[in-house]
This record gives sequence, C-alpha cells and structure tokens, in this order.
Amino acid sequence: MKVKIALAGNPNSGKTTLFNALTGSNQFVGNWPGVTVEKKEGKIKGYTAKGDEAILVDLPGIYSLSPYTLEEVVSRNFLLGEKPDAIINIIDGTNLERNLYLTTQLTELGIPVIIAVNMMDLVKKNGEELNIDRLAKDTGCKVVEISALKGDGIDQLAQRAVAIAKSGMKTQPAHSFEGCVEHAIAHIEEAINGKVDQSMERWYAVKLFERDGKVRENLKLEQSLLDHIEQDIVSCEKEMDDDAESIITGERYNYIGSIIDDCYKKRVKKQMSVSDKIDRIVTNRFLALPIFAVVMFVVYYVSVTTVGAILTDWTNDTLFGEWIIPAAQGALETIGCADWLTGLLVDGIISGVGAVLGFVPQMLVLFIFLAFLEGCGYMARIAFIMDRIFRKFGLSGKSFIPMLIGTGCGVPGVMASRTIENDRDRKMTIMTTTFIPCGAKLPIIALIAGALFDGASWVAPSAYFVGIAAIICSGIILKKTKMFAGDPAPFVMELPAYHLPTVGNVLRSMWERGWSFIKKAGTIILLSTIFVWFAQSFGFEGGSFGMVEDMNNSILAAIGSAIAWIFTPLGWGEWKAAVAAITGLVAKENVVGTFGILYGFGEVAEDGAEIWGSLAGSMTAVAAYSFLVFNLLCAPCFAAMGAIKREMNNAKWFWFAIGYQTVLAYIVALCVYQIGTLLTAGTFGIGTAVAFALVIGFLYLLFRPYKESQNLTVPKSIAGKVRA
Amino acid sequence: MATLREAKCGETVKVQKIRGEGAVKRRIMDMGITKNTEVYVRKVAPLGDPVEVTVRGYELSLRKADAEMIEVQ
Repeated sequence: MKVKIALAGNPNSGKTTLFNALTGSNQFVGNWPGVTVEKKEGKIKGYTAKGDEAILVDLPGIYSLSPYTLEEVVSRNFLLGEKPDAIINIIDGTNLERNLYLTTQLTELGIPVIIAVNMMDLVKKNGEELNIDRLAKDTGCKVVEISALKGDGIDQLAQRAVAIAKSGMKTQPAHSFEGCVEHAIAHIEEAINGKVDQSMERWYAVKLFERDGKVRENLKLEQSLLDHIEQDIVSCEKEMDDDAESIITGERYNYIGSIIDDCYKKRVKKQMSVSDKIDRIVTNRFLALPIFAVVMFVVYYVSVTTVGAILTDWTNDTLFGEWIIPAAQGALETIGCADWLTGLLVDGIISGVGAVLGFVPQMLVLFIFLAFLEGCGYMARIAFIMDRIFRKFGLSGKSFIPMLIGTGCGVPGVMASRTIENDRDRKMTIMTTTFIPCGAKLPIIALIAGALFDGASWVAPSAYFVGIAAIICSGIILKKTKMFAGDPAPFVMELPAYHLPTVGNVLRSMWERGWSFIKKAGTIILLSTIFVWFAQSFGFEGGSFGMVEDMNNSILAAIGSAIAWIFTPLGWGEWKAAVAAITGLVAKENVVGTFGILYGFGEVAEDGAEIWGSLAGSMTAVAAYSFLVFNLLCAPCFAAMGAIKREMNNAKWFWFAIGYQTVLAYIVALCVYQIGTLLTAGTFGIGTAVAFALVIGFLYLLFRPYKESQNLTVPKSIAGKVRA
Repeated sequence: MATLREAKCGETVKVQKIRGEGAVKRRIMDMGITKNTEVYVRKVAPLGDPVEVTVRGYELSLRKADAEMIEVQ
C-alpha cells in the first residue's frame, strides 16, 4: 500500500535534518526561520519498494496555519487539498510551548498526527524531563523521542508513522477551549454539517470562528448561514471581551500551558546558557556593529579578495586560458578542423563553459560562509542588526550580504540572496544587487574617467553613489508597486539559539547551491556566450557570408548600427558604443576590449589607455558619463542574468527584473545626458523636456503615499485549490 | 495604557491586549505573545530598532512599531 506522509514543524526545529535522515536525500539544513521554501519530497528509507512506498513531503517551516503568510497557506492547502495519510509533526523538545502551538492546529485536520520530539539529547543534558506518555495522552497523538542530528529514534519514527498512515485511524484533538468558545464552535459545526468532510468539521468550524477569509472564500457558504454564525461569534467575543482570532490563539496557548505543567519538568534554577552568553556579546549595543563589520570583512576578504579570487583566476587563466583552450585549439588544428568549427568549439562552447565554471570556485567559498552563518544562527542576528536601515527601502537586513558580495561580483551576490526567507525582500534584493558596481565594471569606470575626465578622482566614487542611489530609489518605488504590494512582511522573527553547524550540513548546502548555479544558470550563460561569439565572428565580408577578419563587418556591428539610434537621446548614438554595450553583456570588462578592437588597436590595457584619445574625440564628457551610467545600471552580464533567473525561478519575474534594470538605466542615462547638456552647453530641446518630465514622474513614484498591505495576495496557482 | 514599546530593557511585563488586526497582529500572537503572557525585554538592536524579547522560553525580535500594538502592564 502506497502512503503519503507530510512532515510539518516550526523553522529551526531540525525538520530538514529529520527529512534527510528519513529519506537520505540531499537537502539543505539551516538554522534561521523559513529555510524550506519549496516543497520537497522523498521516499522514506526502507519503504521504497514499488507498491509499498512511503512518500514523505517536506512542508515549509511554519509556526501556525494562519492565512497570512505564503508558507502557511501553501502548507494548509496541501494538508486540506491532498489529504496525506499521516502527518509527522516534529517539535523542538527544548522549546515545547511554541512548538506545540502548531500541533494543536494540525490535530484538528482529521489526519493522523505523530509527534517526533527532537533534540531529546539536549533536553536530557539540560537536566529536564519530559513524560512522553502524558504528552501523547494530552495531545491525542503518538509520540516518539528522536535526535535528528544523531539519528536516534529515526527508524522507530519511520515504522510508527508508516503504520499509522496505513491504519487509517484519525487523530482526535484532545484539547478543548473555554466553555463559551466550545459552544460557539459546536454551533458552527452543526451549521456546516454536510457541507465539509466530516473529519475536518472541527478545523473548518474553528477557522470560521476566527473569520478566516480564505476559508470563507473556499466554502462559499450562503449569506444567511454566515450571518447565523456571526451571531455566535459576536456573543462569544462579548463574553470573552476579546476578538475571535485572539480568543482562539489565547485558548490554544492556555491549553499548552496545562500540557506543559502535566508532562514537563523544568530544571529549578535557570542558568544562562552558552547561547545567551554568546548573544550578550554578539548583539551587544556597542560591540554588535564592530563585530558585524569584522565578520563581513572576513567573508568578503576570503571569498572575494583572496581565496575566491585566486581560485577564479586559476580556473579562468590557468585551467581554461593556458591548458584547456590551447590544448583544444592545438588538437583541432592538428586534425585539420575547419576554422569556423574550431572557433565554435573553442571560442564559443569551451569559453562559454569556462565562463560558467569560472565563477564556481569563488561561489563555493562564499557558500561555505553563508551556510555557516545560517547554520550557527548569526544570519538571523544580521537581520536583527541591519533591519532598521534596510527596511526603509523594502529590503531585509539580510540584503546586506548580497550587496556587499555584489561589489566584488554580482553573480555570487545574487546567489547569496537565497538566505532571505521573505519572498518580497528576496525578489527586491535580486533585482537591485547588480546595481552596485562589481569588479568587472571597474575597467569601464577607469576607461571613462581616463578618457574624458582626465582621471578625475570623483568618477569612481560617483559610480558607487549612482549604484547605491539606484538601489534605494528602486526599493522605495518598487515596494509601492502592485507587483510587490499585497505581501505583508511582519518582522516578528525568532532568534534561534546559537549552535555549531555540522560539517556535513555546511558542505551539503554549499554543494547544492553551487550545483544549482551550474545547472540552472549555466545554460543561459552558455547559450548567450555562443550567440555573441557567433554574432561577432560572422558577417558579410567581400560579398560572401562567413567568418570575418574585421569585427566592423560582423553581424554584431550590423546589429549595433541598427540599434544605435536608440541611444542617440543618451548622447552616444554611435554604433561602436552600442556594440561595446552589447559585448558588455558577456562580461562587463569586454566593453573596454571591444572599443579597443573597434578603434583598430587590437589588444588594449585594462583601462583602455590606448583609446582614450579616440573615445574623447567621439563623444562629449556628458555623453561619456551617460554611457557609464547606462552600463552600470543596465542588465548585468549573462552570468549574473543566469543567477537572477535561477534565483527568481520564474520567467515572468526574470524578465521583469532585467526589463526594469534596463529601463531604469536608460532613463537615468537620458536624464544625465539631457540635463547635463543643458547645464554645460545650454542647449534645450525636446530631449531636455522629456528628461524633466521623467524626473518629475520619478519623484512622484518615489514620494507617493503608500500603505503596507495587511492581507496576503495568494498567487492564482495556489488560490482556490482547496476543496471541501 | 503602556505598550511594549515603552518597556525598558531588563523589564518583565505582562501582556494585556494586542491592538490592531490582520497579519502582524496574528503573527505576534502565533509567536506566543498572547494575553497574560510574560515578556522579558532583553535588548534593543544597536541602531535603536528592533527589540529582542524573551517569550515562552525563546528569543524573539520585533520592531518597535509592532511592539506598540502590544498593551502591557
């Protein structure tokens, strides 16, 4: 008999560790709220035979089954809609009170629940006692003691869970509420009798009592019935002098209080735990920021400046640059391969693969740090420390790390946004991280500063200023738009106890994130690189189509000429600049090299010193700055786009992000050029008027009033999926 | 009526009522801050917001704006 079992529990309860222990699957384990956003499934070890399988579905880490967060709505839709045969409810034995709160809700669903009390080793070590027989009686569930980390009790849990799932028995909630609440619920149950599955009557009655909007929508009850129910609720609210939602929450916690008294023996004297001691120092009023700065410095220094850079340079320059590419080139030439095929294989495919793999070592180093910071509990503290600054522009305190890493390279920067559990904050971070000038944009800055501003020292800082301003303004503007509204993000966050993550968990997390980059982002990077290679090496020369010697005759040059007019309002409507901007999509530092080739210099220095004269002759200083701004803000390189695609995990959002970045870059560059020209040369034209209109529109979007949403807008894909 | 926002570090207060409605209120209650719960104000973040409290044996952080919804004595 095939059974389906759901795994539910609070964040930080060891749920993911248990999932791995039960299924043996590879999955990430963290220590901060909300790590599991996607739904994951696995077959329980020992129950994998066909026809006798036990499928384990890992639900997101949740504290409740309220209608207000995406994770909770996803979980309850699954539990109600797909009705698993059993629920394994993992609870943290060191934090019973809050963990049992979810249990009281799960037991109402009419699905058999088995409680796995995790971290029993710690409970015992702390000298506390838990009577599991009494806990079983008080909750109406089977209870198993486990230690997910050490693997204790896992087999027993698996056996019992499968047995319960097969037995088809139902868990009856053992808890009951205050007399008048029960009275009202009984009335509601009576009123909806026959309209919902009988085993779920209590769940629906409680939800209707809470006036749960999503349940009301799904049940589609007649107005007269709702009015009837409303009377019961109101009279109960009067008696309890509180609102219905608060009554139920309070009653649940009251009942849990009685369970704890019954089955849990706390150690009499409470000492300060190690975690408390660490926290006293780490989030201390005066030490918190210096410690934060040191941690960030170490993360940046190791993963971007030193070890990461050494590994990346080695992969790019030595592994691919000196070994693989020359070897492949030589081999292909020896066998007399056609020029175009050699070009395709070496400059297109192998370079493309190199572009993907080049980022991997650096990223793996960064991911080790991130996994450690998450695993030990410091990541939640980062959000705690930085929240005040970042929430103003719709970001999370955790957005700091992606932005910081983004100054080195946007690709790992975007990938680092994975640590942000709130969906809205994460999307916002992904969209804005690449505005920060990354290492590869520095040569463009050096080129423009050297060619047109006489190497002025303000150019580089101004680029960072533009980047930061773009992030702040985008945050404020975007959080007011429809796309980001409708997702309330209360910052009521658990600060989990510190503990040392296991090496296995850190490495598993590193590997999974790295692999997902190679797999998901790699394809787009590879294909784009091949396309640009093709466009820049082929074209019409001497009346026939083929590989071109001179890039001026390539398809890319033709594309550049065709689209150059788009950039005329920005002051650099010359095809060479357009082509340079396109090759910048492969890697931003290519912009300099392309100018070198197009001006006929071949190889140029990193800052393009040879072409400063030619560039200064072809555009004004204001136009050059506009070119710089455009290239800083517009769609990042293909690698970063691949990372954005991977992290958004949604085509619509990916294109929205890229489109937003490019449109913003265009508008800002246009305003810089038009208004700059007005100020320097005094010319006023249609473009100037448009620029001013854009500035006004921009200011409007920035300052228009805004009210934080209180209700969750559920995506169409999961709304209405639940049926009674 | 005093709110949790006004409570000082090191103080233990008892929750009277939670004002407001919707997502934030429900979240606060789901996390265990309900009527008659004791809340210990542990610290304020270095930049002055949010605050960290101990409730039902664990650490919770919440913003001052949200703490204002919690009436205490």
